[in-house]
Amino acid sequence: MTELSAAGVIFEREITPVLRNPIGLVFTIAQPLVFLLLFGPLLTDVPGTGGESAWQWFVPGIVVMTGLFGTAGAGWAIQAELVGGSLERILVTPVSRASILAGKTLKEVFSLVAQAVIIVAVALPLGFRLYPLNVLAGLALLAVFGIGLGSLAIALAIVLRRQQETFWAVYQFLLFPLVLLSGVLLPVEDAPGWLASASRINPITYLVEAERALFAGDFVHASVPAGVVAAAVTAAIGLVAGARAMRTASL
Amino acid sequence: MIRARGLTRHFAVKGGERVEAVRGVDLDVAAGELVAFLGPNGAGKSTTLRMLTTLLPPTAGTATIAGHDIRTDPAGARRRIGYIGQGHGAGDYFRVLDELVTQGRLYGLTRKDAKVRAGELLAVLDLEPLATRAVATLSGGQRRRLDIAIGLVHRPPLLFLDEPSTGLDPQNRANLAGIVRRLHAEFATTVFLTTHYLDEADAIAERVIVIDHGRVIADDNPAALKAAAGCSTLDEVFLQLTGRSLRDGSLRDD
Repeated sequence: MTELSAAGVIFEREITPVLRNPIGLVFTIAQPLVFLLLFGPLLTDVPGTGGESAWQWFVPGIVVMTGLFGTAGAGWAIQAELVGGSLERILVTPVSRASILAGKTLKEVFSLVAQAVIIVAVALPLGFRLYPLNVLAGLALLAVFGIGLGSLAIALAIVLRRQQETFWAVYQFLLFPLVLLSGVLLPVEDAPGWLASASRINPITYLVEAERALFAGDFVHASVPAGVVAAAVTAAIGLVAGARAMRTASL
Repeated sequence: MIRARGLTRHFAVKGGERVEAVRGVDLDVAAGELVAFLGPNGAGKSTTLRMLTTLLPPTAGTATIAGHDIRTDPAGARRRIGYIGQGHGAGDYFRVLDELVTQGRLYGLTRKDAKVRAGELLAVLDLEPLATRAVATLSGGQRRRLDIAIGLVHRPPLLFLDEPSTGLDPQNRANLAGIVRRLHAEFATTVFLTTHYLDEADAIAERVIVIDHGRVIADDNPAALKAAAGCSTLDEVFLQLTGRSLRDGSLRDD
């Protein structure tokens, strides 16, 4: 069995319950939807939220936010499997740890893209203008980023497998500053100097800017290559960390 | 089938100290044997078993499973073993049949062959009516039978069971013992199991290995062990060998 086909079997195992109960995906994006529907309307006429409409500025940010919080589920799931014993049983099969990680991460990416599509669909009647090819490119970029995030969540969950509650605390502690500093909710261009500087060392800032350019129909904006690099670097770091952690999962 | 020489595992604990969980264990288990591996809590049973199943690398020593070195060819060793751990092998949110088919495919079976094999095991283990049920809805005994089915899906020549009957009622324990005996008798499967139920070990095992403080302290058939110790039950032999002081079992689940 090749690494790829093994990852495919793991992916199929993970995705089947999701496909059997797709409504569950909607519940997992309750928080981003609340932000979209209750926070989005407040952005009209807020300086720095773009020219065409505030929705064109806000929706890509919410899509990225979905990825940030949604992939925590990968960590929760791996901890449940470690405690329950089902991951151990898979670790005793001839399948490599890398294939197990890849299959589980792909499931997160699939869910993330499906959730992003739901958010875009909800935003359409609110005034969000759809540029189909650009949004597809944005979703592809989000998928690359999701590979990194999902793998990082799995790595963190394995490292903290004996302190499950700590996983959530650490994840939230890391994510909230990253979300706020990336300008998902409010523009950070005119923020105080230290805040703007902190924003520029946050890789998510570059992803959000690239997604905003793509969702606004601009393929060639200067922020797009920077966003691609940020997503690719996150994916590379995530996969390395995840693979290393997966090798220690049974220790 | 199993050959271990000087198998050793240390764990670092808080304060820079080191716990020697398994200290130079030698094992030789021939194909077709049914071996019970016994010991008090913290004696080194599960640590030894986790090393033999490639879940835990040894600190020192070597072991081969059907000729495959657990360090240099772990995948080769894994192909030849079925493993039923202390936890539940099937995930809560998956369906019974799906978990069996997944397991078969992870061992290289085609989807079609995995479904056929899963159907056979569901029938043999009285799980057929539960095929489309979510694992979380099964009773403890049903889940244990599913774990066994998962461990057998690729027809392994060697089956490891880590305290398989813990938490089961007497009916399910008797059923489990019957399944293990049948496997051994009909398919000549080599069985290596740990248990705290010594009556169970006495009833089904051909050979009993006792480990304590990380070292093998007895290795013979149940009748010979009882005769040598002048005891009528394996419980008495066990207490004579390992003492009556309570063990904290602080290291993993040994």
